[in-house]
Amino acid sequence: MEAYIRGIGNISPQQTFDNSAFLEEIREYQTARLQSVTPDYKQFIKPNQLRRMSRLLKMGVTAAGICLQDAGVEKPDAIITGTGLGMMEETEKFLNGLIDNGEKLLNPTAFIQSTHNTVGASIAVMLGCNNYNLTYVHGSLSLENALLDSLMWLAEKPSSSVLLGGVEEITQDHFTITDSLGFWKKGEISNLNLLENKNPGTIAGEGATFFLLTREESTQNYAQIKGLATRFNPGLKPQAASFMENFLSQHKLNKNDIDLIILGLNGDPENDAVYNMARDYFGNDISQTWYKHLCGEHYLASSFALWLSAKIMKKQQIPDIIRLNKPQQTGKTKHILIYNHYKNIHHSLILVSSC
Amino acid sequence: MAGRVFVTGIGIICAIGKHTGETLASLRTNHHGIRKLSILDSIHRNELPAGEILLTNEELAVMAGVTDLDMNPRTALLGMIAADEALHNAGIDPKDKQYRTGVISASTVGGMDKTEVNYRNYNKGRPYNNFVLTHDCSYSTEQIATRLGFHDMVSTISTACSSSANSIMFGARLIKHGMLDRVLAGGTDAMSKFTLNGFNTLMILDKQHCRPFDKSRTGLNLGEGAAFLVLESEEALKGRTPLCELSGYANANDAYHQTASSPDGYGPYLSMKQALETAKLTFPGMNPGVTAVKGLHPGVIGYINAHGTGTDNNDLTEGIAIERIFGDSIPLVSSTKPFTGHTLGAAAAIESVISILSIQNKMVFPNLNFKEKIDELHFEPVKELISGIELKHVLSNSFGFGGNDSTLIFSAC
Repeated sequence: MEAYIRGIGNISPQQTFDNSAFLEEIREYQTARLQSVTPDYKQFIKPNQLRRMSRLLKMGVTAAGICLQDAGVEKPDAIITGTGLGMMEETEKFLNGLIDNGEKLLNPTAFIQSTHNTVGASIAVMLGCNNYNLTYVHGSLSLENALLDSLMWLAEKPSSSVLLGGVEEITQDHFTITDSLGFWKKGEISNLNLLENKNPGTIAGEGATFFLLTREESTQNYAQIKGLATRFNPGLKPQAASFMENFLSQHKLNKNDIDLIILGLNGDPENDAVYNMARDYFGNDISQTWYKHLCGEHYLASSFALWLSAKIMKKQQIPDIIRLNKPQQTGKTKHILIYNHYKNIHHSLILVSSC
Repeated sequence: MAGRVFVTGIGIICAIGKHTGETLASLRTNHHGIRKLSILDSIHRNELPAGEILLTNEELAVMAGVTDLDMNPRTALLGMIAADEALHNAGIDPKDKQYRTGVISASTVGGMDKTEVNYRNYNKGRPYNNFVLTHDCSYSTEQIATRLGFHDMVSTISTACSSSANSIMFGARLIKHGMLDRVLAGGTDAMSKFTLNGFNTLMILDKQHCRPFDKSRTGLNLGEGAAFLVLESEEALKGRTPLCELSGYANANDAYHQTASSPDGYGPYLSMKQALETAKLTFPGMNPGVTAVKGLHPGVIGYINAHGTGTDNNDLTEGIAIERIFGDSIPLVSSTKPFTGHTLGAAAAIESVISILSIQNKMVFPNLNFKEKIDELHFEPVKELISGIELKHVLSNSFGFGGNDSTLIFSAC
């Protein structure tokens, strides 16, 4: 099961919504909560609609719009999205109203926009798209579940197109609560030297990232997704090497075929130990990269990695800001392996190849 | 993609039964579960009746065999109980690891019952704030999967009131693509102040017992519950007799409005039409532009377990869509929500179990409280229990906010 990436749209804590740019300007954050850099929404959404939309909904429909425009597709044959926590801002707004007013005088808008499928459904309404529409909400496997469904969909209907997306937001309250559980780094921090900070925890992020997937060949395509593997591994020792080896052999590749790996290092020593196993497995001769200093850690962070892989393939360029090493490589980047895991419970691999 | 997908086990807990046997007994004897709220602590408990399960979390925890109440929201407890029954019903020992087994669940509230109690007290810090770990919808799925030792695939879907139809559909497709041999597919949703107040602000809750497809209907009653199906590939069956086949499924979007369905029920029409096509069944309205002829395709679908919430908008548009598909050869139709209440993310799974019980027991359960037909429609739902009826194919509809419409078709083997 495979698919080409025909279009992309990405709103993240970096300036990524402009498809002509590629991480030339980098934002530094001296806080553990990274929020998205957003475009002028008026260019994408009608003012009367804009007024009623929550922050994540604006991010989602705009990133989807950028992606469809990039791909030159008006109405996809399926809209498949993933979100871990869903519409947190609206959920909190409705909860606060409920608690403050003792279950009285509540506004329905926050409730309506709090449902997890709000972004996928709103895209359908805006496009008048009656096709398959699904929202996966499985924590840090949400994008991977949605991608698997997309690949299955394209295998079932090879001439169709799928709009795949991942959306997630970090609210102040959710940040504060999870901070009390030790999720985020304390004290002085900068996202740009996250790996030098050896304190436990990481930095929180968010984003809305969309991909238009198709099986049709075209010079416009960015890259080809060859497949994915996920593992639900609670309480087990990480077995990064065998996980990767099995996956690569399923795709008739060995580790020497991989030119570049994108790892989910996030500055938390326990978390990063798994990726260090992956780095050892591949060795220093291939390009090792990371990205969570740019977008922060969140349930949909692997969508940022998939976006990176698409850009790297199309531009055949690896921005210095994501490099962990600088091997002597001269050839074209042909195969990229994305490895993400969340607290050693969920692991995922995505193989992306050049077209 | 090939092969067939069979249902080999069912499990359910809802307002009319702690398990399949009790649920069936209630359905046969018109014992509905809509009453005054007694477990959920809400100011609306005396005015908004609902399909509550009359068991406290402590009692549910005993049934589920878990002790940690802080880390098991009601949604997870309900899910575990229904999942256990489904596996037991299928005769599957979870320790048997020869088949790749997935757990695909669905929910709309997740751990909201914990969140709404603890959220504003978060300044108290640890371990109080652990509630946040149980908040998201995947948590209950993983509690179910971990307890059973199923690690091959976990997934959770949330498309409002059609959520668990989509988890069943996704599970079936994973089997057809050869990625899994067995799937525990369904959904779970507990009553919460969040949803009760949410639906109340939309002014679609009936203060009386709901009356789907009735002219006087004024809204829905919420419910809670969980249900799971065990789906298996033909190979995994190994000669065991399945309960039925999951022969058709589809998902379409109404693309009209976030909370209202289009006047002609286009999304519901599409999902029914595509599900019938997947099941390779013929139906009167299958050729666009050709007026359906009475008796042309009699008895293909024997019974429709309708979404039938009791809201003005849903029942009218679902009815219009049913007429567009079936012309004047309308199958038997009933909504069983007056028994269970609208269980949101669990509704499609609960109604799948009821549809399968219909096939198994040769019965069609009545649409309680129906008196007078909706003016615009030309059919009446089933008013009294029908027994001794051979049902070859049963269609179950589930429609949700965001225009997410799904249809499943179960067929006798």
